[in-house]
Amino acid sequence: MPTVDAIVISEKDSVATALRSIQTGENIQLKVSDKSYEIVILTDIPIFHKVALHEIGQGEKIYKYGEVIGEAVSRIKAGEHVHSHNTVTLRG
Amino acid sequence: MTFMGYQRSNGTVGIRNHVLILPTVSCSTETARIIAGQVKGAVTFQNQQGCGQMGADAKRTIDILIALGSHPNISGVVVVGLGCETAQPHKVAEEIAKSGKPVKTTVIQEEGGTLGAITKGIRYATEMALAASMEEKVPCDVSELIVALECGGSDPTSGVASNPSMGYASDLLVAAGGTTILSETTEFIGAEHVLAARAADEEVANDIMNIVHRLEKSTKERGEDLRGGNPSPGNIAGGITTIEEKSLGCINKGGSSPAVEVVEYGEKPRRKGLVIMDSPGFDIDSIVGMVAGGAQMCVFTTGLGTPVGNGLVPVIKLTGNSMTYEKMKDNIDINAGVILDGGKTVEEVGQEVYDEMLRVANGKTTKAEIFGFSEFGVWRCGTSV
Repeated sequence: MPTVDAIVISEKDSVATALRSIQTGENIQLKVSDKSYEIVILTDIPIFHKVALHEIGQGEKIYKYGEVIGEAVSRIKAGEHVHSHNTVTLRG
Repeated sequence: MTFMGYQRSNGTVGIRNHVLILPTVSCSTETARIIAGQVKGAVTFQNQQGCGQMGADAKRTIDILIALGSHPNISGVVVVGLGCETAQPHKVAEEIAKSGKPVKTTVIQEEGGTLGAITKGIRYATEMALAASMEEKVPCDVSELIVALECGGSDPTSGVASNPSMGYASDLLVAAGGTTILSETTEFIGAEHVLAARAADEEVANDIMNIVHRLEKSTKERGEDLRGGNPSPGNIAGGITTIEEKSLGCINKGGSSPAVEVVEYGEKPRRKGLVIMDSPGFDIDSIVGMVAGGAQMCVFTTGLGTPVGNGLVPVIKLTGNSMTYEKMKDNIDINAGVILDGGKTVEEVGQEVYDEMLRVANGKTTKAEIFGFSEFGVWRCGTSV
């Protein structure tokens, strides 16, 4: 089993990648460089899927690898699943 | 650092010594398959093209066939044609012969049908296999290696475990004077600025941006939307949301070396180091393009698992997903999932990948090679007529 619940790749990122299936209601703690996050999971996160590290407003850019991976189509709260239901590519 | 390889008369170095049974057209692939099946040491592939093609599209298929026949891993070639196809078998054979390899041709219409063509083809292939078995390996410098970097069936582990490990191995080979080819232009979309920022010079940076713009433009001109095909349904189910996310993970295959050159599909690199090839995101066509470009081996990362191989070159598979490794050990050579499990670092697994590349160059067989897999496709740039 992984020693951490999820990984954050860059300090700029707005999402973490789950390293195990994380259930609604779980409290997870994450670190990247000097930044720490404590997040309450609001929706089940399947293994290797993304979870929001902080609130992302509708139309705001979403960052992973320190780069833009798309835009939020609706408001995403910290601890919510970030995927095709609420995220859209900027390059179609 | 050296490995034991085959020194060819045209200066190239092979890591395998196959006899290639090369079908010039779809119509002769079954005949080629039967010939290859009779001769130990022979390989072939299912050519889906070779006729009903025009202009640049026809030229590309013919150029790829010639490049494969001239490939350093090939000792000798039996060209198997139908006779009336666009990719004229005698002409293809003549071009391959310029590489200095023995080339023979058997043409179904000239031999009065299947049995005559097969008999002749098997006789030629047998003689070549016998000669190949007596060729001796010699010490060759690792700088002679050209390694194709490929990823397929990606999931979010690819971008953080298997691709960075492969990237570390790619950097080690480049530091040793060798060459790696990063391809799949579709999977540069959204990450092209990152690749361009570490290009060796401005010209290479512009070339990287240009191949991405060219792909986006041609897709739009066809009235199509890349979102329909990439990320694939499997990528999305695994947790990859957008093409940008997929691309940012994909380019990690190339490590941190500067890109020294951008080549066209199937074109041979002119420089050593990390080379970028314009190719599609479809694994099969992409690998064939890099093999035509002279890659003697392929390293292939996967998240969801894939069996893909290539008849001419060994394909080493690694996955960043330990569950996939456990499920698909039949097909996967290295588990980079140990990085996410907390057992090893990217650098440690990357060193293992590099060591495995050298073992495979020396003759160790990969799982795709043991199964004899030889998936084949050429990136079309036109439609059939």
